[in-house]
Amino acid sequence: MNKEAVILIAEDDPGHVALVKRNLWRSCIENDILQFKDGQEILDFLFRRGSRAKREEKAFYLLLLDIRMPRLDGQEVLRQMKEDEELRKIPVIILTTTDEASEVDRYYEMGCSFYMIKPADYNKFMESVENLGVFLSLEGVRVPQIDGAGHS
Amino acid sequence: MNKEGVILIAEDDEGHFELIKRSLQRAGVCNEILRFADGQETLDFLFVRGDGAKREHDKEYLLLLDIRMPKIDGMEVLEKVKKDPELKKIPVVMLTTTDDPRTIDRCHDLGCSVYIVKPVEYQDFAEAVRKVGLLLSVVEVPQIDGMPKTKGAVK
Repeated sequence: MNKEAVILIAEDDPGHVALVKRNLWRSCIENDILQFKDGQEILDFLFRRGSRAKREEKAFYLLLLDIRMPRLDGQEVLRQMKEDEELRKIPVIILTTTDEASEVDRYYEMGCSFYMIKPADYNKFMESVENLGVFLSLEGVRVPQIDGAGHS
Repeated sequence: MNKEGVILIAEDDEGHFELIKRSLQRAGVCNEILRFADGQETLDFLFVRGDGAKREHDKEYLLLLDIRMPKIDGMEVLEKVKKDPELKKIPVVMLTTTDDPRTIDRCHDLGCSVYIVKPVEYQDFAEAVRKVGLLLSVVEVPQIDGMPKTKGAVK
């Protein structure tokens, strides 16, 4: 992926965050990684609100998004992002434990890039994230530059 | 991706198609693979038109889409697919030689899942596709029901 792209992880479980980061690094990801512990934090960052870190202008992002999170869940995050004419361009990969077919369907309809199920088995989870990392480390993967402030 | 899911490859260059197919198989992807030589063929298949092969109901599909193709190009295919309420669910991976920021921007705006620039070297290209295969082996893909809701490109 473009070296200047930043990987955003929205995930409330610190154990999962650590595992995802470790396995992304294992697959030689050189990109910066930022983590957010719920849906509100990630939306504040993306829409440049509140007192915490804010998204930079003209930067490149990709989001790994958990569904079940406190305050605002992943579905609401995805909905608000895809309704914004600028933020909608950010590729969003859903990383979740929910494996109902109707959910898979719904998230693709809402515009997620990919839907990945976190396997309950630790080793399989590591392997899945590593595969994701190997893919993202591909030099040819391009994510778009996101301008200015959110429009909505 | 489920074993019954079908990988659609819209690619006018037969050499590239063979390389993509072999590299996916090397990554352990054993899904059925269908090739379309241009955008028109791809849309006819997806929108269930014309005399060629047609999409089946209640099946999983994923599309690897080249941009520069005869008749209808990949951008137009992406636009038509993402405008249809049913077909829009199909993950679309752009796989192209075009490395232009405006095109990258436009494709993400239209709703591609990911955009990949084809490496020029044969070995690098094969390796890149193998890595796409690794990703496909760990993601879920939705089933596409029934008829498309729109008519798409009628030409």
